[in-house]
Amino acid sequence: MKVSLFVTCLVDGIYPHVGEAMARLLARHGVKLEFPEVQTCCGQPAFNSGYWEDARGAAITLLDAFEDSDFVISPSGSCVGMIHHNYEKLFEQDDALLGRAKKLVDKTYEFTQFLVQVLGLKDLGAYFPHKVTYHPSCHGTRLLGVKNEPLELLTHVRGLELVPLPSGEDCCGFGGTFAVKMSDISGAMVEEKAQHVMETEAEVLVGLDMGCLMNIGGHLHFKGKPLRVMHLVELLYEGVKAKA
Amino acid sequence: MNTAKLTSVKDRAKVALNDQFLRNAVRFTTEKLRSGRKTASQDQGNWEEWRERGRQIRLHTIAHLDYYLAQFIENARAQGTHIHFASTSEEAVEIAMKIAEAKQAKSVVKSKSMVSEEIHLNQALESAGIEAVETDLGEYIIQLAGETPSHIIIPAIHKNKQQVAELFSKEAGQQLPADTTILAGFARAKLREKFLEADIGMTGCNFAIAETGSITLFSNEGNARMVSTVPKTQITMMGMERIIPTLDDLEVMATLLPRSATGQKLTVYMSIITGPRRSQDSDGPEEMHIIILDNGRSLQLGDPEFQELLNCIRCGACLNACPVYRHIGGHSYGKVYSGPIGAVLTPALNGNVAEWDDIANASTLCGACWEACPVKIPLHDMLVYLRRKKADQGYTAASERAAFKGFRYVMSNHKRYRLSMKMGAIGQTPLVSNGVISAKVGPLKGWTSHRYAPSLAKQSFRDSWRALDLDVQSELREMDPDIQAKMNQIVESRRKGGRTHG
Repeated sequence: MKVSLFVTCLVDGIYPHVGEAMARLLARHGVKLEFPEVQTCCGQPAFNSGYWEDARGAAITLLDAFEDSDFVISPSGSCVGMIHHNYEKLFEQDDALLGRAKKLVDKTYEFTQFLVQVLGLKDLGAYFPHKVTYHPSCHGTRLLGVKNEPLELLTHVRGLELVPLPSGEDCCGFGGTFAVKMSDISGAMVEEKAQHVMETEAEVLVGLDMGCLMNIGGHLHFKGKPLRVMHLVELLYEGVKAKA
Repeated sequence: MNTAKLTSVKDRAKVALNDQFLRNAVRFTTEKLRSGRKTASQDQGNWEEWRERGRQIRLHTIAHLDYYLAQFIENARAQGTHIHFASTSEEAVEIAMKIAEAKQAKSVVKSKSMVSEEIHLNQALESAGIEAVETDLGEYIIQLAGETPSHIIIPAIHKNKQQVAELFSKEAGQQLPADTTILAGFARAKLREKFLEADIGMTGCNFAIAETGSITLFSNEGNARMVSTVPKTQITMMGMERIIPTLDDLEVMATLLPRSATGQKLTVYMSIITGPRRSQDSDGPEEMHIIILDNGRSLQLGDPEFQELLNCIRCGACLNACPVYRHIGGHSYGKVYSGPIGAVLTPALNGNVAEWDDIANASTLCGACWEACPVKIPLHDMLVYLRRKKADQGYTAASERAAFKGFRYVMSNHKRYRLSMKMGAIGQTPLVSNGVISAKVGPLKGWTSHRYAPSLAKQSFRDSWRALDLDVQSELREMDPDIQAKMNQIVESRRKGGRTHG
């Protein structure tokens, strides 16, 4: 059984500890991750901007990397959403690539999907005595349909007080290149999101996508708000270590 | 401020973002409408099934639009309705003006029609010396202000009570208080006179029913009834895609439309109008005309990426759900249709990606529009298709094209990718302090004006993998046999060709 990690370029370059937490957490449940290093990026920045040929250049590295994997697991609802929602469209002109893309779609899971749907785990025995709020990222929830899995995992963490985020389903304003191209609109959106986060009086903001968390966290820290921002896998791993 | 002359969505949005009145007014009303939609759809129950039913009706109708249009026209003519076709907005205006001329009309009362806004009919009427009065409260407000609608169903969403009181006071010649009842009372009294004087009543059309040749109007203020019963001549403007096959289909649409638009179970008035006044009718126009407008709609037919655009029932739910619209309002979109639907419809109807596609960039592709849409139009995907069209046709900036070429060069090979990350980690050093980048330089400026940028890690995940992998081996535990069996089963069923996931 070959279970591979699709780490995503953002975690690879900026947040490697998220990938590390995932490898360590899964090892505790008998899942040995392996990391095919020919992978780069899912191609989403180019795809969403309309440069599909350039997107294919990146996306093919994932087809190559996971050719003989049985499961592919990733710490991003957005990048997995890209594979599930867009790869068949991206490769529709080429039958051979389309066939490989379909196979990749079938075996690729966002991290909480894999934990809950495949491993059947909701309670990892974690302990995390903090007030936490959760931002459900748009692509994970809407394109991929990951809604209950993270909440099920969070509600089973001992000591954790989960505070609902007002208008949580609203986009944080990241949108990849949107944040730079339409920076004023993006700034207004993240400001509103950060206000909602502050209203919860949570100590920790948790999510499933480092892109959104980089945006919200970057704004919170820019405004001098001392909130801790973390990926759910980090929280869970810290929680099981605390328990142990 | 009038933003119509500003050429980019960015510039228009900037004006809106600095207008706190506008942002508060838009936020207040869209919040109310979208929470109303949520409650109403939950109360209705089986909402996903209703949406799917609505989608199927629209897909079917548009796929057979030629058939249903012909059926509608035949049945409407049999009832004595005059049918006209206009392939462009100019033609539609010309037809309407000819009717007005034949009737020697001096005044026209109108009830909300986005199509008449689309073709700029009011300007044509005015220049011919015919008074055109908008009789929906929202339309009346923006007409007095000399503006265009900033929302598909709430055209004056960007105005607050005080601003409306100012406009009405000017019209009344006396100071009116910012009190909703008094302001609505003023408009009612004023408009009553206009209904009685009008030679022509003009309406839009929510749905045209093929099997009966009827048009239907959903409204809340009752003015649409006045417009369609008092004047001797009625002109109805409709887009060629407004058709539904049967009255049974109307039941589905009547379930979806008000709930999605305003959170109402039903609008206060729903009129089904079949032909002009018959001898035994107590009211209604003596003459009824329907102008069916193409104006770029047929360009979408047969286009697998955009045909579903014609499924739209103009409820405005996508505007209310859109986090971008909430901050920038409707005028930022630059044309009569705004929000996510406008961002796609405007370039699509104009067949002109080069000029109008920049509004397609004003979206994070969050998909809230798709989720809210009662007929599930994938607007977030269409926005990407528009961006691709622009890139493919060479209308994007050279710097952007070069940037994505660079992206491809780096991302298509893991060795180049790894090297560029290493170089980035070294190169960023002068910009990083306390682990973040706050300098507002170059392409970073858009980002760092509103937030810190993170720095690249000293060691990337792939560079730390070898050591981590060894370390993790020592922590590896035995897998639960049940889980093992389940995973094997998933792999096995996939091998047999079943799609287990996705």
